[in-house]
Amino acid sequence: MGKHFFLILKNLRRNTRRTVLTVFSSAISVFLIGSLLSVYGMLYDRDVAEESALRLITRHKVSLGQAMPFYYGDRIRSVDGVASITPMNWFGGTYIDQRPENMFARFAVDPEEIFNIYSEFDVPPEQFQAFLRDRQAVAVGQSVAERVGLELGQRITIKGDIYPFDPELTVRAIFSGQDDQQAFFHFKYLEESVGPGFGSQVGAFAIRLRSAEDATPVSVAIDDLFRNSPEPTKTETESAFQLSFVTQLGNVKLFLLSIAGAIVFTMLMVSANTVAMSVRERTREIGVLKTLGFQSGSVLGLVLGEAVVIALMGGAAGVAATWAATGMMADANVQFFSGFTLPSWGVPVCFAMALVVGLGSSAVPAIVAARTRICDALRHTG
Amino acid sequence: MAIPISYNIRNLRVRKTTTIMTALGVALTVAVLLGIGSLVEGLRSSLESGGNPLHLIVMRQGSTAELNSIVGRESFDVLKVNESIAQRDGEPMVSHELIAIVNLPHRDDPESVSNINVRGLPRIGIKMREHVELVEGRWFDPGKREMVVGGGVHSARAGTSVGDRIYFGRGDWTVVGVFSAGRSPFNSEIWVDPSLAATDLGRESMRSSILLRAKDEQAAQALQNVVGDDQRLKLEAERENEYYAKQMSSAQPVQYLGTFVAIIMAVGSCFAAMNTMFAAVSNRAREIGVLRLLGFSRFSILSSFMLESLLLSLLGGILGCLLVLPMNGLEGRIGNFVTFSETTFEFAITPTYLAIGIVFAAVMGVLGGFVPARMAARKEVLHSMGDV
Repeated sequence: MGKHFFLILKNLRRNTRRTVLTVFSSAISVFLIGSLLSVYGMLYDRDVAEESALRLITRHKVSLGQAMPFYYGDRIRSVDGVASITPMNWFGGTYIDQRPENMFARFAVDPEEIFNIYSEFDVPPEQFQAFLRDRQAVAVGQSVAERVGLELGQRITIKGDIYPFDPELTVRAIFSGQDDQQAFFHFKYLEESVGPGFGSQVGAFAIRLRSAEDATPVSVAIDDLFRNSPEPTKTETESAFQLSFVTQLGNVKLFLLSIAGAIVFTMLMVSANTVAMSVRERTREIGVLKTLGFQSGSVLGLVLGEAVVIALMGGAAGVAATWAATGMMADANVQFFSGFTLPSWGVPVCFAMALVVGLGSSAVPAIVAARTRICDALRHTG
Repeated sequence: MAIPISYNIRNLRVRKTTTIMTALGVALTVAVLLGIGSLVEGLRSSLESGGNPLHLIVMRQGSTAELNSIVGRESFDVLKVNESIAQRDGEPMVSHELIAIVNLPHRDDPESVSNINVRGLPRIGIKMREHVELVEGRWFDPGKREMVVGGGVHSARAGTSVGDRIYFGRGDWTVVGVFSAGRSPFNSEIWVDPSLAATDLGRESMRSSILLRAKDEQAAQALQNVVGDDQRLKLEAERENEYYAKQMSSAQPVQYLGTFVAIIMAVGSCFAAMNTMFAAVSNRAREIGVLRLLGFSRFSILSSFMLESLLLSLLGGILGCLLVLPMNGLEGRIGNFVTFSETTFEFAITPTYLAIGIVFAAVMGVLGGFVPARMAARKEVLHSMGDV
């Protein structure tokens, strides 16, 4: 194919309209595949902070809907390998109204420990001190502050639903870092307001390990502590815990895979059709090439090469379009779309797919062309 | 004068490989659109059969789901004596219920663990759901750690057959029966004795919600006002059918992604149809010239080629519909954003969606066919005859 590259380019330009249409349609397919890969990446292959590997989450074995006694925290702290621990209670509730712009995650936590465990979050020291001092303080992530419009010193009220109380909080700290889409307030404030019993139940504990290698033995050691108690626990790495939410969505992988399958197959059809049409039109010309001394192999290479060049152009355009689209989504700072980017392995996958389609669609027409006998080809009218 | 349609059909038959390939492209695009549609319609049909318009769900003010709601015994005692509530065998039709969730693995894939709704409800609550019937075993005995599982849970989740034990609350519960609730969301639930579940969960007299049956439409309206206006209760009443209809929001991400993919794919299929039609036009340059010489007008040529493109895409549309038909009735499951648990449903291919699919295909054909058809119509007779 190499030495005939010029000829391939010439061929591409003889029917510019067809070439452009085909490149466009394969670009569209690659763009769609790129978008699906980005969805996949967002759900299953998130680019998480390095610190995430150091974190474990402990919850009630039955489900997140059941809580554990507060004293479990002290028992877990004494397990070898645990550096620090905080309760992390999902508060739920409503801030202002139900509109998505005003939604953000709120957790009741141990204020002393939370930033040791989530050490990727930067919080200015004086703000951290202010957050510690005020029992009704709330620390919010930069992304939340910008999206919802919160400032230091602002007072906010959250209307409770799971808990029968409405916390009145003051923004004392704004922290920043990867995935800073949440807010933290004092567990003690929740406990005092709701009262002992329900108020001191813990929905989940976040744990920081001394070393990421300890993840498995420490999880087992924690779960063993409570195995025979009425509230058994389930401890897993933070990434496994987050993945369990994705599992809840239903069979997402099958869904993405079947759509991707339909797209690739459509692309194969479209591309095969185009190559077949252009080869059929050129039957005579192929006869001429062969008369001039072109070997069957060269003819094969010409047809395959043309399809591959078209596919790669489509692939490049499609990948560029995916980058543009995911970049726009990232700039828009839409809450549930954080992490919606084409994973790094997605680029070669997109190109490989385009290449497979290019080769697959042109294989049959190319072999037919290569096998054509000169006299048949020259006699052809089409 | 119009060119006979048999001319177009014959043309499509002659170039059958091209025809089939282009039509398949259109077919898959339609199939993606219809596949998403059948999921949305299936879920809608499940959620719509969940609600009785005379039923009111009473929850804490501001709560969007029973799981996030707390309703105490005192509120229940206040409400149950209301005169607008329907009676059955001298007993008011009002049910104080508790909602919790339990993680259960899938039958075929132990890695796939989902939240399942556990509903604690008194006997009257079971009677109020008239479409629910026991299909195996028996109902739970009050005061015993016994569970009765919905048909959807039973078919999808491991360890939910009669005699199996499930750890919930503070101990093992025995499955003693299976009920069927048709397509309704209750089919995705597990039902238990409310008092024992509350004790196990440390809720004492607290429950999640109250279900009321109003005597009639007027009474339902009145009840809704009474609950909302009573400042002491801090409760809200919502029609049961509206409560379930709102859960359609769970299908939104799938709907958005599916529509996005289908529309972009349609643009691609349009290009493919255009390519095919351009080739058809240039292959038949001479024929077009002959047709013009025979006296067919430019408009006849234009409409004939448009018609051919339309036929091509309609063939694709019909193929697409046939491709998705086997999906009808398949069991699907989706994470419900409102209840934070799984809802099972049956994929439903509705006639409306089939029609949408056909129209969608036709639009692709018309858009893809217009430019090539216009090119054909504009050809000068002499040029056409000269083309080889």
